[in-house]
Amino acid sequence: MGEYSGMDQQFVETHFGNSSDFTKPIKEIEEKWKLVPAFLKIKGLVKQHIDSFNYFINVEIKKIVEANDKVVCDADPLFYIKYTNVYVGSPDVDEGFNISKPTTPHECRLRDMTYSAPITVDIEYMRGSQRVSRTGLLIGRMPIMLRSSNCVLTNKSEYELAKMNECPLDPGGYFVVKGQEKVILIQEQLSRNRLILEEGKYGVQCQVTSSTHEKKTRTIVFVKANKYYLGHNSFIDPIPISIVFKAMGVISDQEISTMVGIKDLRKITPTLEECHTLKIYTQEAALKYLGTKLVPKRFVTTKVKTPLEEAREALTSTILSHVPVVEYNYKMKAVYLALMLKRVIEAQSDSKFLDDKDYYGNKRLELAGSLLSLMFEDVFKRFNFDLKTIAEKTIPKIRATQFDVVKYMKSDLITNCLVFAIATGNWTIKRFRMERHGVTQVLSRLSYISALGMMTRVNSQFEKTRKVSGPRSLQPSQWGMLCPSDTPEGEACGLVKNLALMTHITTEGDENPLVRLANNTGVLEINTVGGEFINSDGVYLVFLNGNIIGAIRHYRRLISMFRLMRRSGYISGYCSIYPNHLHRCVYISSDGGRLCRPYIIVINGIPSVSKEHIVELEKGIRSFEDFLHDGLIEFLDVNEENDSYIACYERDITRETTHLEISTFTLLGVCAGLVPYPHHNQSPRNTYQCAMGKQAMGTIGYNQKNRMDTLMYNLVYPQAPMVKTKTIELTNFDKLPAGQNATIAVMSYSGYDIEDALIINKASLDRGFGRCLVYKTSKCLLKRYANQTFDRIQGPLIDTQNSKPIWKHGVLDADGIVGPGEQVLNKQTIVNRSIPVISAVPGAAPGGATSSIEFRDAPIVYKNPESSYVEKVMVSTNEEESGLIKILLRQTRRPEIGDKFSSRHGQKGVVGLVVEQEDMPFNEYGICPDIIMNPHGYPSRMTVGKLIELLSGKAGLLEGKFHYGTAFGGSKVADVSEELSKHGFNYQGKDFFTSGITGEPLEAYIYSGPVYYQKLKHMVQDKMHARARGPRAVLTRQPTEGRSKDGGLRLGEMERDCLIGYGASMMLVERLMVSSDICEVDVCNQCGRLGYCGWCNSCKSSGQVSTITMPYACKLLLTELQAMNITARLTLNHYCK
Amino acid sequence: MSNKEPGLISLEYKNVRAGKELDTTWTYKKFQENFRVVIVRCENYEMEFDLIGIHPFLANAFRRIMISDVPTMAIEKVHIYNNTSVMQDEILAHRLGLVPLKADPGLFEFKESETSEATAQDTLQFELKMKCSKNKENKDSSRHDDIYKNHHVLSKHIKWMPIGNQAELHKEENIRPIHDDISLLKMRPGHEIDLQMFAVKGTGRDHAKFSPVATAFYRLLPDIKLTRTVEGEQAERLQKCFSPGVIALRKSEGKCVAVVNDSRYDMCSRNVFKHDDLKDSVVMGRIEDHFIFTIESVGNLKSHQIFKEAINILKKKCKTLLDEIDISN
Repeated sequence: MGEYSGMDQQFVETHFGNSSDFTKPIKEIEEKWKLVPAFLKIKGLVKQHIDSFNYFINVEIKKIVEANDKVVCDADPLFYIKYTNVYVGSPDVDEGFNISKPTTPHECRLRDMTYSAPITVDIEYMRGSQRVSRTGLLIGRMPIMLRSSNCVLTNKSEYELAKMNECPLDPGGYFVVKGQEKVILIQEQLSRNRLILEEGKYGVQCQVTSSTHEKKTRTIVFVKANKYYLGHNSFIDPIPISIVFKAMGVISDQEISTMVGIKDLRKITPTLEECHTLKIYTQEAALKYLGTKLVPKRFVTTKVKTPLEEAREALTSTILSHVPVVEYNYKMKAVYLALMLKRVIEAQSDSKFLDDKDYYGNKRLELAGSLLSLMFEDVFKRFNFDLKTIAEKTIPKIRATQFDVVKYMKSDLITNCLVFAIATGNWTIKRFRMERHGVTQVLSRLSYISALGMMTRVNSQFEKTRKVSGPRSLQPSQWGMLCPSDTPEGEACGLVKNLALMTHITTEGDENPLVRLANNTGVLEINTVGGEFINSDGVYLVFLNGNIIGAIRHYRRLISMFRLMRRSGYISGYCSIYPNHLHRCVYISSDGGRLCRPYIIVINGIPSVSKEHIVELEKGIRSFEDFLHDGLIEFLDVNEENDSYIACYERDITRETTHLEISTFTLLGVCAGLVPYPHHNQSPRNTYQCAMGKQAMGTIGYNQKNRMDTLMYNLVYPQAPMVKTKTIELTNFDKLPAGQNATIAVMSYSGYDIEDALIINKASLDRGFGRCLVYKTSKCLLKRYANQTFDRIQGPLIDTQNSKPIWKHGVLDADGIVGPGEQVLNKQTIVNRSIPVISAVPGAAPGGATSSIEFRDAPIVYKNPESSYVEKVMVSTNEEESGLIKILLRQTRRPEIGDKFSSRHGQKGVVGLVVEQEDMPFNEYGICPDIIMNPHGYPSRMTVGKLIELLSGKAGLLEGKFHYGTAFGGSKVADVSEELSKHGFNYQGKDFFTSGITGEPLEAYIYSGPVYYQKLKHMVQDKMHARARGPRAVLTRQPTEGRSKDGGLRLGEMERDCLIGYGASMMLVERLMVSSDICEVDVCNQCGRLGYCGWCNSCKSSGQVSTITMPYACKLLLTELQAMNITARLTLNHYCK
Repeated sequence: MSNKEPGLISLEYKNVRAGKELDTTWTYKKFQENFRVVIVRCENYEMEFDLIGIHPFLANAFRRIMISDVPTMAIEKVHIYNNTSVMQDEILAHRLGLVPLKADPGLFEFKESETSEATAQDTLQFELKMKCSKNKENKDSSRHDDIYKNHHVLSKHIKWMPIGNQAELHKEENIRPIHDDISLLKMRPGHEIDLQMFAVKGTGRDHAKFSPVATAFYRLLPDIKLTRTVEGEQAERLQKCFSPGVIALRKSEGKCVAVVNDSRYDMCSRNVFKHDDLKDSVVMGRIEDHFIFTIESVGNLKSHQIFKEAINILKKKCKTLLDEIDISN
């Protein structure tokens, strides 16, 4: 307003309208959240996995093959193999006899196969002196990610998916390897090729991890005793940095100092002095010096280079390998090194120059595609190397047939390597010396949400044992990118994170157009400018993906031009640009793995997206891409977010505002999105719910009845929650729910509700509340052996007396496999398999007839004190052509005391008592609650969200609609209470209750209404355990450990201490020896050693031998010591003396 | 009706007993003088009546007996000969068990023990046999009813199979599921079910399916008194704070004045307390010995039969107790 203050008021009004209009808050764009589902259609959640994998199999794999396209051998200079093309086909399965048929993921799941597609190449090679070209050669099989471009499920209608036994709501993004669903977790890493300033061993240091396709090296510039050094793995000692400059051809000290551009030159004089003391004045001398410091190579190749050449080679390709060196022109590298040095000097005096390693802009996320491409490149190189060695070995030999390399191209190497990596999660890449474990995990199919939640999980590389809080704590820069609630408790807390709803992870983009654009906007190429210009005032260095591409004086113009081009679609929408005024740099990034997120562009305080756009979106005229193309919405990555002014709501828009949030609830992830009113809860409660939502049973997919998972929990009557959130609808949780709306009353009852225990109405249980199905699959493999024998299944054994099958085989059909629908009891046989005794001896079976082979029984036995029913039986074969029988067993369970339930607010509890309906309190309408919850659960936990959920749910029941509890929004308490009172209910949700036991009114009004309850997978039936006598371990003769082995209950050290303190020594003897591993030992009192049968073998007498009792473990210790040549001698005394 | 001093007074957060305790001493004379039953509404399956001048313990005993002690017939055992539908055997059996059956429990006896042989006196046998197939006539339609035959199994498909002389003793229309349209199962072509069900007599204590009532409950008669005259807009607001018909507006001297019309159907929402200016204008209470009973029958028995049955059961229980005491003496 200042500029116009002098103007005539009248003039302003006629030309610009009423001035009060300007100060009015901007109208809220209603329904603007509808952009979120539009976004999720094309990006987000699991799309990043799929995009990344698509990029790998369609683009990156070609690049890799192109980069390694030639195999030559030293034996024959004419010989070569050249790959001209590579394709990944569509998934199929080999049925033997070279017949393959297309397969579906579900078939692979059921038959324990790998869902993979052939990788074929076109090659050109020399056979003798002939040049031959072949197309469609199989070099290996690539596991295919579900719903990726090569998967059979992509772009299929719901009906077609149902035909393939696939759930239309299943997100895909995982692999099926050997029948198991495996996810390659998103891996978090420190950004590569970036300068990182940190506190090192000697003080400030600048570290760069350079990574190219060939190499991954780390270069450090550090200060030690006022001198600056360069540290690198290929040198045995740190090198004074001035020598490195000289080796790069920056000879004069003056040139070095202008390049570094430090005002106070005294700081680098000690470093420069080093050269003079060592008498290094030329590039050659410097290189020679470097040559002496090189780490000697272990494998000496045939061509021996001079140390000078070696040093030059190291300088070119190993040190700061990401900075390109063309024809030994080290200019770029020298500028880069000078910048590193400058930063170190600056950071010495000012700690704000130090980088924050936990800042999320410095992180990159690695997805399935990039991890697989690393693996593939490694194995492809090995494949080529193997071909080369075979060629070298075979060509010199004189053979009848000509050497044809195609015969040696076996597909096993690549197939097995990829399958093994995904199946085990061990990512070993030799050329980077990378060895990572736990990269993949089995997709948790406990509930739909647990599967979806797994796809958004981000794993970080930090050690879990390190006790640093930095990487674990929530960084402000994670805002909107990572869910603030969803992280596990305990050791992985803060290291395992989850993506927020609208996060997108970029894939790699092309650099060339960006370089051209930068040069056209006035960026001077670094080779053409001198050190003086770079370090002059107002000049900013321009970086592209960590490389210096030039310097510019008018950096603002560059940035605005760049953003303009991006918004109008001339360059990729996922690249980012932002200035760093402290560094006096402009950073442009187009690399893969950056986190970004869409925002509405605000120009001059007015959001670009208007109501009309949203109407068009609703009508389906406009898609999310159109918003991007029209420059209404753009993606910002973490770094560029920090150069923007982002308003959360329209009302917050000021003149400076550049962007507007699409919807605030997208701050949370998938799991936290289930919580209604999370903004009213104490924050750890939301975190607890995020962990518990994954254990809730319900529905896992529309194809759940076709699946044969080893363990599956289903709810019999799942319900969609009364209080929904927008996230619930977006993730389809309401279509595949995991829980039931229970009417709860918050009151105390009977004392069986202390410590969060719940009281449950028995009539509700009778009617099906919390009833669940537990499916378990037993598997039986029928193998074939080398000696032509194989496993067999025989019919049930018939009892000769009553000609009925024996009890153990009571449930078997005539074919020796249980029949569907049969009830199986503990210890009954479900598959009567027997295996040949001799299977290792190669050669034909004796006599050839099966009758003469000896067989040993190896039945599959059902082991569970509770019976199960057989749901179905599958008989098939697996990839190795051996028989595979899967038996799905089912149990139906109703809740019982001790089963765990939880609401959606991290309020878990076990059933404490099941109460008859008539004992339950009832209200004026005759409603009695399903669950009674103790009010003590509220004050300390502060889960106000649960209270509001109850209120909204109750109002929703009366009104016949779903209320919303979306984060930072949802139905308001005032409106909800109004609705309640409209229907004649108390506005506070408290009702008049009468005790069902005494029949008198309760003395307080009871807060009651529906709350969504989840049944968690922990059930007493799977946990209860007791034993009187039972199995013992073979070695120690002590009772076994664990429920599965019918083990004993341990009387531990602390319990032992209690008994000692109490003085119950006989009790101790009984617990620790008599009931455990009591043993009678003969001891010779003469020599003190153990004897046996009343005879001491060392004294050759029985005179002094007496029998004592001791724990077997003690006897074992004595004998084991003896085996180590240590004699422990016992001295016996009479007990009564 | 509400001339009496209310026994309970509602304050905003608490029920407070007004003055004296309820007289717990019981004499036949006093009971005869005070006790009254008023039947307000009696439809087939739902009834409302008042028990006045009775102790809450006794009222509650009736309620409890109705819920869990009045016996009915319900399906207890299901023999599954074939089930190729998507529903698991146990779940199907559970659903069948919850289907209310129209069969007078008075005509049957409890089964002696679970293992004893089924007889005509204690067991009803039903059958459910269905096979879903494609309907070839209507190929163009996409409605499930048109393209499939027998795809929706409803309770009306359950057929009674008389045992012994049951066919002579009972009429066919008296032994069947009460409701015809309870959805039991949906099938697709190729699915088939073949089951036999056995219904026995049982009580709600064993399983909720035997309970004759959807619910049986009572509430105390509300008593609402205005302490001052409420007029105009305030009166209208006051009216809205109560259930419809509780507060009437009367014109007097050109002004609207709120009066208590009938406090019986007030659901005690206490929404007056939302308004600071109104909350002192009214005192709400309940008559402690006036029970408004509501019995919602599932349909096996008429509601009044259930209550009568409950009285009989209570009598029997008392008699058993007295006999026990006699024996022990």
